[in-house]
Amino acid sequence: MKITPAASQRFVVAFLWLITSITLLVLLFIIGYILVHGLGHINWSFLTESSRRMGREGGIFPMIVGTILVTGLAVIIAAPVGVLTTIYLTEYTREGKLTSIIRFGTDCLAAIPSIIFGLFGFVFFVVVLRMGFSIISGALTLAIMVLPTIIRTSEEAIRAVPKSYREVSYGLGSTRWQMVTKVVLKSALPGIGTGIVLSIGRCISETAAVMLTAGSALRMPDSPFASVRTLSLHFYILSREGISMENAYATASVLIITILVINVIAYLLMRRLAAKVR
Amino acid sequence: MPKRNNNDMVISVVKSIKDKYDTSELEMIDMEKIEQTEPYNSTLPEKSLSIIKADDFSFYYGSKAGVKNISMEIYPFMVTAIIGPSGCGKSTFLRSINRINDLIPNIHVEGKLFVNNQDIYSRQINLVNLRQQVGMVFQKPNPFPKSIFDNVAYGPRLQGIKKRSVLQQTVEESLQSAALWDEVKDDLKKSALALSGGQQQRLCIARALSTRPKVLLMDEPCSALDPIATSKIEDLIETLKNDYTIVIVTHNMQQAARVSEMAAFFCLGELIEYDLTTKIFSNPSNKQTEDYVTGRFG
Repeated sequence: MKITPAASQRFVVAFLWLITSITLLVLLFIIGYILVHGLGHINWSFLTESSRRMGREGGIFPMIVGTILVTGLAVIIAAPVGVLTTIYLTEYTREGKLTSIIRFGTDCLAAIPSIIFGLFGFVFFVVVLRMGFSIISGALTLAIMVLPTIIRTSEEAIRAVPKSYREVSYGLGSTRWQMVTKVVLKSALPGIGTGIVLSIGRCISETAAVMLTAGSALRMPDSPFASVRTLSLHFYILSREGISMENAYATASVLIITILVINVIAYLLMRRLAAKVR
Repeated sequence: MPKRNNNDMVISVVKSIKDKYDTSELEMIDMEKIEQTEPYNSTLPEKSLSIIKADDFSFYYGSKAGVKNISMEIYPFMVTAIIGPSGCGKSTFLRSINRINDLIPNIHVEGKLFVNNQDIYSRQINLVNLRQQVGMVFQKPNPFPKSIFDNVAYGPRLQGIKKRSVLQQTVEESLQSAALWDEVKDDLKKSALALSGGQQQRLCIARALSTRPKVLLMDEPCSALDPIATSKIEDLIETLKNDYTIVIVTHNMQQAARVSEMAAFFCLGELIEYDLTTKIFSNPSNKQTEDYVTGRFG
């Protein structure tokens, strides 16, 4: 029997549907499983209290603060460095040996497993620069880790700015810097923002690199040189050392919800921005 | 260099210049001297009548010549059309005049190109000044994704003008010059992208006029527009030449015939013939030009 084109078309459509639903189901199952086990343990005191007895009791407030501080500082460091590097790469040099070396370098950086960044951060920031296990060591390490993401996404966004905008701007007598700030960055902002949000997500969920650089103190941090424990690390320690599976799931739920909320807010913001500049 | 022994033309050029330039600049134009030095040829005095002058000018992309050995003079307060088949270097030449081609890597030039008696490819040239003097309108209407007001105010703002009243005035004048003011005066805050194609192109003209240039380069400004919008732009060109020197690249032979006083025919990167438009279209001296304008090739 011969298979007609129409029949093969139907078959392919069904097959693609199946594959797509499997992917979605797996994702939903993972998130659902964690939320089912974790949501019940989340309440106001869990979010606002310090933890007691190594995390068996009490809340996760210091970890929330630690996560915000480490992530925030990392992005504050990485975003300007990344965006300025991109501006240099796209607007201030011609394609050549130097740019391809820089680009190759960032690609390599992106492919390195995070534990290696952790090791580097430990050796360099914690030991050599004597910063100790601290917010600042963790943030610097994470900043280096997310730099390639920021550079790559900003580069894509900046390259997508139509050439005609640049020509018009030059044609009206702008300098290169005026062109970059008034035209290129404005149009590329949604794309650059997306890259920054992606890197916020990566920072929040990073465990290995933070463990080796920010330490795992349970206390509230009192200075940039204090050691903190981030949410993902707290979750790892709770489950790895069998301290409290309930609190581990609850922490994981908080993590997932946070990342979801950040992504949704960022998506909405970017969409408004994009509507404005397009 | 193609010869231009046409007495009428020189006289008309001088007349138009006399009307436009203030007396301080008139020193260099001495009617009698010009009549004495007939025939008017390539051995021009240092300060010539032309506003743009190409002197054996060649432009290379890598090792490939975009245009080669162009020598021609473009006169002020006239419309000069550049015509020729695709890939003949029309746009390359046009885009050399405000050095917007500099954005392309691996280019170099030979020969000289003067604007206002300044060698624009010399090292001393200030590109910002040059581009404020030589405005450009592109093929596709390309307003910025900003409001109408911000589009026109972009050029003045680049120069550091911040005062609202000054910007307001410049915007209004520019939009009036571009025959768009009456259509948009009530919503200057509206996004430029909400305008029709023809309005967008007139907005781009207004934007180019906002820096008060001397020369306006137009790179096929009507090729993306419908006939009605096209005729509006052509009418506009007719008025603009009272205040600006216009160089227009066009594929549309009728358009060149309608709007220009002078026409240059380019082919394969070379200037084949440059003369009064009426002569180019009625009695060209070169066979290639004749074939092209009568539609036998191109």
